[in-house]
Parts: sequence; structure tokens; C-alpha cells
Amino acid sequence: MTADTVISCKNVWKIFGADPERYLRSMPADHSFDDIRADGYIAGVKDVSIEVSRGEMLVIMGLSGSGKSTLVRCFSRLHEITGGSIVVEGQDIMSLSEKELIELRRNKMGMVFQSFGLLPHRTVLENVAFPLEMRGQDKHTRRERALEVVKLVGLEGREEYFPRELSGGQQQRVGIARSLAIEPDIWFLDEPFSALDPLIRREMQDEFLRLQGMLGKTIVFITHDFDEALRLADRIAIMKDGAVEQCDTPDQIVLNPATEYVRKFTEDIDKARVVHAGVLAQADAAGEGEPVDAKASVQDLARLLVHDTRPVIPVATNGTVIGGMDRIAALDILLEAS
Amino acid sequence: MANVADTIKDAAPAVGQWTRGRLALVLVGIAVALTLLRYAGLLPDALFRLPEALIPPFALWLDVIFNFIKDDLGLLAFTRMLTEGLEWLLDVTANLMFGKRRWPYLGPIPWTAVAAVAAVIGYYLGGWRMAALGAGTFIWTALIGQWKIAMETMSVLMVAAPLAFFIGLGLGILAWKYTAVNRAIKPILSVLQTLPFFTYLLPAVIFFKVGPTAGAVATTIYAIPPMILMTTLGLQKVPSEVVEAGNMSGCSKWQLLRHVYLPSARTEILVGVNQVIMLCLAMVVLTAFIGMPGLGAKLLAMMGSFKLGRSFEIGVTIVLLAVTLDRMSKAWVVKQPEHFERDTPWWRRHVMLLTGLAAFVFFCIAAQFVEVFAEIGRKQNFSQGKEIDTLIKQFLALDPVQNTTGAIRYVLNVWILNPFRDFLLSIPTPAFILCVVAFALALGGKRPAVYGAIFFSLVALSGWWDRSVITLYSVISAVTLALLIGVPVGIAAARSEKWSQRVLLACDTAQTFPSFIYLIPAIMLFGITATSVVMSILIFAMVPLTRYTIEGLRTVPPEMTEAADMAGATRMQKLVKVQLPLALPTMAVGFNQAIMFAFFMVIIAAFIGTQDLGQELQRTLAGTDLGKNFVLGICVSLMALTFDLTIMKWAADQKKALGLPD
Repeated sequence: MTADTVISCKNVWKIFGADPERYLRSMPADHSFDDIRADGYIAGVKDVSIEVSRGEMLVIMGLSGSGKSTLVRCFSRLHEITGGSIVVEGQDIMSLSEKELIELRRNKMGMVFQSFGLLPHRTVLENVAFPLEMRGQDKHTRRERALEVVKLVGLEGREEYFPRELSGGQQQRVGIARSLAIEPDIWFLDEPFSALDPLIRREMQDEFLRLQGMLGKTIVFITHDFDEALRLADRIAIMKDGAVEQCDTPDQIVLNPATEYVRKFTEDIDKARVVHAGVLAQADAAGEGEPVDAKASVQDLARLLVHDTRPVIPVATNGTVIGGMDRIAALDILLEAS
Repeated sequence: MANVADTIKDAAPAVGQWTRGRLALVLVGIAVALTLLRYAGLLPDALFRLPEALIPPFALWLDVIFNFIKDDLGLLAFTRMLTEGLEWLLDVTANLMFGKRRWPYLGPIPWTAVAAVAAVIGYYLGGWRMAALGAGTFIWTALIGQWKIAMETMSVLMVAAPLAFFIGLGLGILAWKYTAVNRAIKPILSVLQTLPFFTYLLPAVIFFKVGPTAGAVATTIYAIPPMILMTTLGLQKVPSEVVEAGNMSGCSKWQLLRHVYLPSARTEILVGVNQVIMLCLAMVVLTAFIGMPGLGAKLLAMMGSFKLGRSFEIGVTIVLLAVTLDRMSKAWVVKQPEHFERDTPWWRRHVMLLTGLAAFVFFCIAAQFVEVFAEIGRKQNFSQGKEIDTLIKQFLALDPVQNTTGAIRYVLNVWILNPFRDFLLSIPTPAFILCVVAFALALGGKRPAVYGAIFFSLVALSGWWDRSVITLYSVISAVTLALLIGVPVGIAAARSEKWSQRVLLACDTAQTFPSFIYLIPAIMLFGITATSVVMSILIFAMVPLTRYTIEGLRTVPPEMTEAADMAGATRMQKLVKVQLPLALPTMAVGFNQAIMFAFFMVIIAAFIGTQDLGQELQRTLAGTDLGKNFVLGICVSLMALTFDLTIMKWAADQKKALGLPD
């Protein structure tokens, strides 16, 4: 674990059922999800080890019931885990007392929920100020801060509205503002845009990227929408039946799926949009002529790839050549030929 | 009932059901055989009724226990201490509402001020119509000359309702938080909800003195159960994400309850408040039986001396109060907070509060100068008691009216009720119990059957078998008659949207009336006779039957009736083949409620003069016979619970089998 690891979880289990701890202790190591279910238990999270670094955006993805929401609730100890350990900012959260846990949540964590989780009897401003109120800030400062965040998410002029008077997109903006009010270091987002219409969803993703560009938080983002994951993620963890099938950058997941499940999952993805020149660059091949930018996707380079005649094209980050890209390999990705 | 058994057979796995139905038939067969043996004179007396010698002296045992708790454990001293505090509270409200000479020596509040405040509250909650209702109720009460007795009733209500609310809320939270508490409370609640109110009254009198204190205690206890249930329900229904949002905001446990759970459960809690208020009103009127002065006592006295005009007027007052309280508290449930734009001045945000205060102060001052604003004197009121009385009595004396009521009375009594009662009484106790068990088995299955057997055996052991059977007879005959009228009315009304709405509104309104009110029309038409008993129960029980019939029919999914239409069903076919089967579980809930209402009403009807448990119960009120009072009360409760368990189980099973939502 490096100094920049914010969340580190090792062999985390979350089992639902009558007496999960005892069951986990007595369970054979190679029990599958279905074996466990046959015993009358549900493996919400199954032997997950994952790390999140500072400033990184980890997207956890999977179908409904794959355990992604459960896992993120383990990170903040909304769920008590059955086995393994979770360390957040150097603290083993399972060893925290209730008071310390509340302190951690009050100062370091923010969370956004799929169906917003707003308090219906409080105005926008009161909802946003709620976490500040809980930690006992005085009325004036919390109002100032809440106004600031409400403005940040673009809800100026709606401060005195009640949640039911707002549209879904606006309600989620309130949810986002509330989670940001305490200036958390770690930001959990549980399918924040799934309940919204496609158009609004797109708009909110842009808004989210804008906020993240400004704030640079450590983020764990949950979604079942692969396009959303690809748009946002630094790394993607794909979950199935409570276990993480693969955790890697979008490029690697598309290029080198670790399991059959991941391959199927990524089958319909337009790889050319996901794979970047930097990933295809091989250090031992240099190539000649004008380099391309490592951050450009294969699709961005489509015209060049088709017209260029060089077998190897140099790739550069910030003007420094880091290697060469095999043009035919890149073309294969563009043409979906494997 | 055969029909019902068929539906069960269709709905669930065949084998188990078949044996269940068969077993029930066998039990009925044995019961018939026993009865026939009895008729033939072959059954030994010991099998007909439990011999006196075998009846355990439950009442005596209970008395010993009660006395031990009361005196030796010092419960009486403790409750008498509580009485003092309660009395103080009641004195305060009594002083404010009708000027009883007690601290704080401020009252009485002028009736105009009360009416004005009611109007403002009404306007705030529901606009002009509610304002008119609120003000109108109090103006009527004052003008008709019933201000003082109405305020006597209100002053107890004002103490009992908040008490019931807070106790219910607290217990509800505990029951939600700790499963153990929940498990302990559930059966007590179901017994409490079926216990006849006389059983609340006597302990209240013994432990809390006669008069307003005992009245307030009985009222409070009576109103607590629904508050507990609604609180628990509301807290359970708070969405998990809202709770998690609270947790992630760093709420401590207390903050979570105070700022997240309770506000989010607002709707259910306010529905609980509505029920608390309505039950309090219903009970506070009934506390007349233990000498609590107020509207109920006056009504009791007037009906007792057959003064129909005054009874009618008091009835109207009670109904108006009930409707006002119900509509306002229901409007509060759906009232959503409105936002004010930023920088709205303080007085604009609180404009209603200020108006209310201003109106109150204005009328308080005006009353100092204009006497009618303060009080309507004896000679000034508009009561038409005598005139209405003469009018009603003239109407009743008309030949066609007398012939009709006389004919109904004759037919009911001679052809139906009396023979039915005698028949029920002629059944040997074991045969009767077997029939009940068979009924419970066929409808509800094993558990209700076992409970039915235990419960009715206990009733037999109590030694009050004949009176219990007479109670049951009143209930069954009245509910059957109510079925014959209420269900067709419901079916007819459900045919059009407009009429459904109207009848539902009428039913809703009728359900808010304190049960005592239902005696008035029955006594008016049939005098103080046994027919009145059945009639008052009939009217009371018809309301839920009609209501749930309409609701059941209306909740049939439209695609199913459309499918029936497209299949070329006639209206009748659609009703019989599609709508009724799907509505039946809901209708069963109404049927169950009708039976519970009937058990409640039959006890009140003791006032008219019956030969059942209610009569005995009422007699115990005169003394300190706590043990007997309890035995009688539990008998009623056990019979009611048997029906409750069986029918609700059946309704739930059916709903599940048909895939209908609860």
C-alpha cells in the first residue's frame, strides 16, 4: 500500500443471512456464489481486494444485483463487513468506534444516492446544510457554505424550494451539493444518474466532469451503464455475483478482457473510441516522422491511420516520444477485426 | 361459505386443501349429530352445558390478583398519584374551555374566539370550505345552547389526545427499534382493540377516581394502539437511501431519529394523529357511562328519557365536531410545506398564525363589552328540542310509519331473530365450539382453528356461555342483515365513478361518527326494544361493508375488466366471474371490520337493555367487581379475535394466491 492509497480493501466479504460470520468461518474456500445461495446465504461481496488512489476515479460496474452498491456501502461502513479488512486514509474502519465513524463521515466522506435520498421536509438549502448542521456548525456559517455549494451546482434561486417542487435532475443536484457541503476527500456516487432521463443524464455527466475538474476528489462511482463508465473512469472494476472480475483501465478492459464474462460485456463497445494511442505504443519501436498524441483515441486518429503509410507511428506525451504504435494493429481496432 | 371453500381449493395446492375442507365437514357432522341427540333427549346434560361445578371461579382468582397488585404492590397509591397530575391538567383545560373555578382562573374563553380560531385553522388547512366548517361547528354548538357540555367534552379530549399521541409515539418507536418489544406488544394490541370499552372503564374508575380523570385515562388507553401501529409502520417505510444519506451526513443515533426518521414518517404519524383524535372523541362520549359529564352524558340522559328532539340536537353537535376534527386532521396529513421566496418578511411567513392570534385577541376583548360574544344565555339559544321532539313523535305516530316500523319489528323479532336466538341457544356447547372450529379451519387453516378452539373453550369455561351466545347472535344476525343491504348498495354504487365517490364520502363521514350516535336513529324508529339493538348494529356495520365492497370492486385492475369486455361478457357475467372473485379478499376485510364494529356496538346497546355480556358488563360498572368485569370483557374479546384471526388470514391467503397487493 502506497502513501497515496486512500481506500484499500483486502479479501472483503459481505454475506447476508442468519449468522453470516459463523457461516463464513465454516465455509469451504472454493464455494461459489450459487453454492452459498444454496446454503441459504447471499454473498453480497465476495472476496474483493481493491485499492483506490488519491485523486483517482474508480468506476465500479456490473448488472443489478452484482454487489456494486453493497461494496461501496462497505467502504463507508453503512454495511458491516463479514470478513476481510478495509483501510480508509490509514484507519481500519472496522475498528472505529461509533463516534469515530461519525467523525470520519462528517469530515471526509460524501455520498450521492440513486434516488437522491433527500429529506422531504427540508428546503434545498436546509438539505444541503444538513451535514453541517449535524456536525454542529452555527447557523450563519452553514448557511454561507450551503449557498456557496448550491451556486456551485447551478441551483441558484431555488434555495427555498422543497425537493418535491424540483425536477429529478435538480433533485440530484441537491444531492450532489449536500455531499459536497463538508468538502469531503472521498466521494461516493451510487448510480447517481440512473434515475434520470437520457438527455438529463448526459448533461449531469458533463456537469459532474466539470465539478471533478475543479475539485479533483477521490471518487468511487457506481454505474450499470458501460458508456457512462467509459466516459468517466480512470479505472473500471467489473463485478459479477459479488466478486470483482477485472479491475483495470478502460483500454485494458477492452483490449485484454480477463474473463469470458468481461469479454461478453465489452463485446458491443466501439473499441476505437476507448483505446488510446498511448496504450498501443511500444517502447522498443520508435517509428519516424510526426508523432501523435498519446491521449488521442484510435477513432480520433482514424483519418491519419487510413492515409498514413508508415508501418510504425511514434507516440508522444507532451512532446516527448514514448514509443511507436503499430499502424496495422491500430487499424484492426478501428475496423473491429480481431 | 361453500363457495368460499371452492375458491380456496382452486387457489392453493389441492391435497392439503382437500383434507382441510373434508375435516371441517366432519366436524360440522359431529356437531349436527350432537345437536340432534340433544333434541332427541339423549344427550346427557353435562355435554349440553358445562356443569356449574366445573366452572373455575376465574372472577375470584382475578380479583385476588388485582387486589394483590392494587393494594399490596401499591399500584393504587401510584395511580392515585398520577391522578393528581392528570387532574391538574384537566383543571387547566376545564378552566380555559368552560370556566371551571381552578387555576389559572382565566376562562372561559369566549365562544366567538374559539370559533374564530377554528375558522383560521380551517382556512390554513383547507381553504374557505374548511374554514366555514370549523367556524360553523362552534357557532352551531353555541347557538343551540350546548356550549358548556361540548366544552366539557373537549377539555378532556384536549388532554387525552396529546397524551395518547405521545405515549403511542414512544411505544411505536420502541416497538420499531426492538423486535422483542414489538413481539410483546402485538398480541396485547390485538386484544386491546377487541376489548369492549366497558372493560376499559371500570379499571379506570377504580384506579383513577370517577369523573374526568377516569374518563381521560380510559380515553387515552383506548386511543393508543393505532398510534403505535402507525408510528411503527411509518418508521419502517422510510426509504433506506434517506436513512443512509442521514448516516453519511454524520448523524448520531438521536439525530437520525429526530431529523431523518420522524420527519420522513410524517404522513403515517399524522394519520395516527387523525385516528387518535377520532378514537378519543368516540370514547370520550362513551365515558358518560362512568359519569363523565359532557355531550355523552347529556345524550345518555336525553335518550334514556326518550327526549328525541334534544337527543337529535346533541347528535348533530357530536357529528359536526367529529367531521370537523376528522377533516381538519386529514387535511393536515396531506398539507405539504410551501416555500417562500428568499427575503420574505417575517410577518408574511407567519401570516396565518398572526391572523389567528389577532382574531383570538379581538374576540376576547370584544366579549368583555358585548355579552353574547362571551356566552349565549339560557334564554337566548335557538334550541328547538321540544318542537323537534313533537315533530318526530308526530311523525312516528302516523299510521303508515307506525305500520311499517311495527311490521319490520314483528317480522324481525318473531320470524327471524327470536327463532335464530333460540336455535343458537339450543345447540350443545361442544357442538357450537366444533362449528366455530370448522369455520376457522375451512377459511383460515390450522392456526386460526386451534385458536378458535382454545378461545371458545375459554368462553365456555368462563361460565357465561348463554350470554356469550346471545352476544354472538346479535352480532351474527345484524351483520348478516347488513351484508344483505350493504353489499348490494356497494355493488350498485361501484358501477359508476360518480356514485362510488359519493357513497365512499358518505361512508367515510359516517365512520367518523362516534358509535354512540348510531343509537339515535334506531331508538327514534323502534323505541327502546330489541329491534333497536339489531338496527343500530346493522347501520353501524353496514358502513365498512359498503365501503370495502366499493373499494374491492374498484381496485380490480382495468386490464382484467377490459379483457372480460373483449371476451364478450355481459355486465352480470363480468361482475360474477371477474370482479367479485378479485374483490372478495378486500370485501372480507370489510366483513371483518363489520364484525368488529358489531361486537363494539352490541356492548353499547346494553344501554337499551339486552340480555348479553354487555348488560352484565354495564352492571359491573356500578360496583368494584373488577374480576367479573375482566372475565366478561375477555369473553367478548376472545370471540371477536377468533373471527378476526380467521377472516384476516383468509383475506391474506387469497390476496397472495391472486397476486393482489396487500
